[in-house]
Amino acid sequence: MSKTIKVKLKIWRQKNRSESGHFEDYQLDTVSTDMSFLEMLDTLNEKLVIDNKEPVAFDHDCREGICGMCSLMINGQAHGPEKETTTCQLHMRSFKDGDTIIIEPWRSKAFPVVKDLMTDRSAFDRVIEAGGYISVNTGNAQDANTLPISKENADLAMDAATCIGCGACVASCPNASAMLFTAAKVSQLSLLPQGQVEADERAQNMVAAMDSEGFGNCSNHAECEASCPKGINLSHIARMNRDFLSSKIRK
Amino acid sequence: MAFKLDAKIPEGPIQDKWEQHKFKSKLVNPANKRKYSVIVVGTGLAGGSAAASLAELGYDVKSFCIQDSPRRAHSIAAQGGINAAKNYPNDGDSVWRLFYDTVKGGDYRAREANVYRLAQVANNIIDQCVAQGVPFARDYGGYLANRSFGGAQVSRTFYAKGQTGQQLLLGAYQSMMRQVSKGKVSLYTRKEILDIVIVNGKARGIIARDLVTGDVERHVADAVILASGGYGNVYYLSTNAMASNVGAAWKAYKKGAGFANPCYTQIHPTCIPVSGDHQSKLTLMSESLRNDGRVWVPKNKEDKRHPNDIPAEERDYYLERIYPSFGNLVPRDVASRNAKNQCDAGKGVGETGLAVYLDFGDAIKREGRDAIAAKYGNLFDMYQRITDESPYEQPMRIYPAVHYTMGGLWVDYNLMSTIPGLHVLGEANFSDHGANRLGASALMQGLADGYFVIPYTLGHYFGSNELESIDTSHEEFEKCEKEATDRINKFLSINGSRTADDFHRSLGQIMWDNVGMSRNKAGLEKAISEIQDLRQQFWKDLKIPGENAQVNAELEKAGRVADFLELGELMARDALERNESCGGHFREESQTEENEAKRDDENYCHAAVWEFKGDNTTPERHREELSFENVPLTQRSYK
Repeated sequence: MSKTIKVKLKIWRQKNRSESGHFEDYQLDTVSTDMSFLEMLDTLNEKLVIDNKEPVAFDHDCREGICGMCSLMINGQAHGPEKETTTCQLHMRSFKDGDTIIIEPWRSKAFPVVKDLMTDRSAFDRVIEAGGYISVNTGNAQDANTLPISKENADLAMDAATCIGCGACVASCPNASAMLFTAAKVSQLSLLPQGQVEADERAQNMVAAMDSEGFGNCSNHAECEASCPKGINLSHIARMNRDFLSSKIRK
Repeated sequence: MAFKLDAKIPEGPIQDKWEQHKFKSKLVNPANKRKYSVIVVGTGLAGGSAAASLAELGYDVKSFCIQDSPRRAHSIAAQGGINAAKNYPNDGDSVWRLFYDTVKGGDYRAREANVYRLAQVANNIIDQCVAQGVPFARDYGGYLANRSFGGAQVSRTFYAKGQTGQQLLLGAYQSMMRQVSKGKVSLYTRKEILDIVIVNGKARGIIARDLVTGDVERHVADAVILASGGYGNVYYLSTNAMASNVGAAWKAYKKGAGFANPCYTQIHPTCIPVSGDHQSKLTLMSESLRNDGRVWVPKNKEDKRHPNDIPAEERDYYLERIYPSFGNLVPRDVASRNAKNQCDAGKGVGETGLAVYLDFGDAIKREGRDAIAAKYGNLFDMYQRITDESPYEQPMRIYPAVHYTMGGLWVDYNLMSTIPGLHVLGEANFSDHGANRLGASALMQGLADGYFVIPYTLGHYFGSNELESIDTSHEEFEKCEKEATDRINKFLSINGSRTADDFHRSLGQIMWDNVGMSRNKAGLEKAISEIQDLRQQFWKDLKIPGENAQVNAELEKAGRVADFLELGELMARDALERNESCGGHFREESQTEENEAKRDDENYCHAAVWEFKGDNTTPERHREELSFENVPLTQRSYK
């Protein structure tokens, strides 16, 4: 059954990339517990617009947990308190009447703030651009069933491929490392025979791109795994490290 | 400037049309391809696959998307799967059967030649995606797995868990990013299309707004491809993403592109119901649930007991009662309409009364909780996350929601609109699904258009047209930019009292009530006049804070709502003119004695194509007659 709660919000406001930001306080008195977290922010924004104030800018699109556009550090946790749940799928029933909720953008040198809670995550696109693909032109493919792939590897590849590119891993990591994101793609493709041909170059190029974008190193805190809304696990980082090292040796 | 509708369907038997057409199409030699530039709007399955394939051929591609990354286009949210006629299960599938099922599923309102080509290239899509590393589900022997879907009696659907759209999209995105690394695709993210620029009758560019800086930009090319998706958000609440909009297609319509069958919308029967006024979008629960779930409402409309306390004899399993042979597995349009009828009769359940039960109790008793969890666990979890109720413990509540639009910009066999050089792919065009789309066919069409059709037909366009050399200083760019800027300034200067969302909700309500699952003359006429009034209100009383030169989500929404306020009227008009029921379009005046949809092939076996005649002027309705030479016209029955 739905009920309403009161919440106090402390939200990061920042006009653009170059100006410095600050927290502002807001109060909402009738938040339905059936609302999603973003619908709660919609309600706040509609109120702000009516009061001639600027609404809070935040990224969002599909609102069903798959596009990876939504973000937000909620009380210090990427995507908030629920396990394997994106911010858009988080509901207000996860909060109590009278709670104070602190909302911040992803914080990482490689993800500069665009405005308020929006950040620029194009560094992820550039990491993929460096090699996160199989080089096959349209029309080159042979019949799909000429290449059997063990169910185990196909399933593992799928687990890695489920990454939505939201950046929670980077935002949660004390080093702002993008290892989980990069490893998920390297691992997916190296688990499949189609991906073997370019495996060495892929691992090296993607790691190099990751470093040059300003992401930090991995020091095994595992915060990335804990915050990943899709439950991608650390073993993919181990697989990427293996690919990376063996490609160095072969070189 | 009345346009001529020439579908350019090639001569010859349907099996040979595409081969012959490819052979007869003009080619551009490899050295010359790099001299041509193409703008692709949208990075979903259609746009992403087109951008990658065209760049591989050597064309210079500029790719535009509204999100912060091309990987986020709403194709990503498709769950169920993608059809192809591989016949791997050895159960009698063929290109011909896939073609037949798609034409019939579309209730005989699609163009046969296009659908046949779609069925022909579907197998290549699966091959291509596997080669890209798309991790489709496999059996223990390592071969690809298939599952069955509505509207077909064979298992032809390939899938990657409940995330098939995501995996196919990432495949296309990665291919496109490879071309970015080669310098053949330039990415333009966080851009909104404000206009299509036509120079001497040909599409030559776009005007776009940078959503971060507010800059209004001009982009020139030798051809423009729109792959900008559907217009379901005209209803405010739909399963579309928040930013999904009709902007680019609508501007093209206003520049002379015909808009075909705007009234054909698909309302999906199994979505999570609205929970309150704060609702911003709706979430689909896969159609596959109806394989094991039983749909019911209480027999007595006063019965407000908890569903678990209502005994079987006091429940009305209405789909099983009305359609004994198909039962809970009737097609989407039939299931949706019946849910509405029950709620209209006051038997709806839940706090709002706008829901019916989808009950897994019997399935769990029969097969055990673990077996049901293995099939639907991720969907049950998603349902519980949103509603806080467990489908293992009590029935789901479901209600229909707007999901897909079959109508769109009219295109010929080459996927070119009535504006030369303006090509339209994927959900944004109208051609392949007729009046109703079958499950797992949207992904197939988007990728067919992008990977395997446009690479051939665009070459033919370039090979057979002289294009003058122009740049963005051309007066037409100047004019379009000024109009776009004026419109932005107008939005900002109204200074009224209602937000864009507020207007959007009002429009959505009018559309849902009158141009939704069931339509009639009086309701449609009422909708037209109410939308006209609302549009006037909008231009007088809109409120937008802030300025243009920054991120301004309210300004973005205003532009989209302004387009929807015009499109909504056209949809109502199209629905009014089509006085028959077909697929997702149900006219109450045209039903059988048993209250089922009744087609009128005598008078309506055509696509209606609308031509813009000026603001606040009635548009002109043209027809493309549809002929069915290979699939005989029959009335659908699911009793």
